[in-house]
Amino acid sequence: MDIKDIIKPENLVYKKTSLMQDKALSYCPGCGHGTAHRLLMEVIDELGIREDTIGVAPVGCSVLAYDFMDIDMQGAAHGRAPAVATGIKRCWEDKYVFTYQGDGDLAAIGTAETIHACNRGENITIIFINNGIYGMTGGQMAPTTLDGMRTSTSPYGRELGSMGHPIKMTELIAQLPGVHYVARHSVHTPRAVRRTKKAMFKAFEVQKERKGLSFIEIVSNCNSGWKMTPVKSNEWMEENMFLYFEPGDIKVDGKLVEKKKIK
Amino acid sequence: MAKVRGAIVVDIEACKGCEICMVTCPNQVIGMAKEVNGKGYHYAYMENPEGCVGCANCAIVCPDGVITVYKVKLKQENEKTR
Ligand SMILES: Cc1ncc(C[n+]2csc(CCOP(=O)(O)OP(=O)(O)O)c2C)c(N)n1
Ligand code: SF4
Ligand code: SF4
Ligand code: SF4
Ligand SMILES: [Mg+2]
Repeated sequence: MDIKDIIKPENLVYKKTSLMQDKALSYCPGCGHGTAHRLLMEVIDELGIREDTIGVAPVGCSVLAYDFMDIDMQGAAHGRAPAVATGIKRCWEDKYVFTYQGDGDLAAIGTAETIHACNRGENITIIFINNGIYGMTGGQMAPTTLDGMRTSTSPYGRELGSMGHPIKMTELIAQLPGVHYVARHSVHTPRAVRRTKKAMFKAFEVQKERKGLSFIEIVSNCNSGWKMTPVKSNEWMEENMFLYFEPGDIKVDGKLVEKKKIK
Repeated sequence: MAKVRGAIVVDIEACKGCEICMVTCPNQVIGMAKEVNGKGYHYAYMENPEGCVGCANCAIVCPDGVITVYKVKLKQENEKTR
């Protein structure tokens, strides 16, 4: 069969959602931010809630998210997205509101805003892109940087004694009663992409039912900051990040998920 | 059993040559072109088009969303006569 006979409109099985602008993404080749953006837009597209969704993107590599996501977006100062999202949601309860935050944003400068929005049980969805580094500003150490991990501000590797331990924000906020659904996934393989997408559907469902805050951490790569090729960075992520930031459900239907004991 | 054939179309100018699609394809269909696009990246292309089954795995992991996927079900000879 000739390729030309396969490439016909009636045989189409996958194309980028029209909710992603045709503009070239400003991200480095292979960066998970692009995949995460597209998944989020696919979910909003498939739920048919484009006109009723407002996204809030603060500072980080994804500061330009409003340029790529063809929905209503609001910028926020570094770390303040959950506070801005709270304001929007309280004024406009019927809208779907999400934040899209990096780890430098959510786990450092915006820790207070994040924890308190979670604690108040705001009916918003937080998408947390954890690449263990400040990507945008040149790969500095973040609170999420792994033990021994080299960054531009920890050139000999993070030393826990003087620099503290990598913070598990997702497990922390899962403890709060206002938080209804918490999961950690990734977007580097087809299987991971499908799980993340399912989790995003669930998060918007929780918002629709006004059950409280839904929170999805996406462990992602920063190949530029980690100084690796994209493919290598995804392998490194599986071998190192996943040991500390374990993928899976953390809180479902308002109840903490018990970790399966390894026999 | 119906056989499946697939094909992908890569937006060459938008591809960043990250190779994530290449290592993801279960059938080693994708290779990176020797030529570069306008941005200077070696872009992805179907090196072994015969192997493509249209599973879309490459497309859903492409960070830049530049892959479009097509798929057809082929009827086998014995099925035609039924
Ligand atoms: C108030 C303020 N402080 C500091 C900065 C500098 N700054 C810009 S992005 C960034 C870190 C972003 O890291 P992260 O949230 O992890 O996003 P990534 O780029 O890794 O996706 C910092 C510190 C800023 N823009 N505004
Ligand atoms: S610096 Fe890191 S997080 Fe930012 S676009 Fe590049 S790879 Fe992605
Ligand atoms: S994953 Fe996308 S951007 Fe990366 S090489 Fe393949 S087609 Fe190009
Ligand atoms: S559609 Fe599936 S088989 Fe075809 S190139 Fe993509 S990953 Fe490979
Ligand atoms: Mg980061």
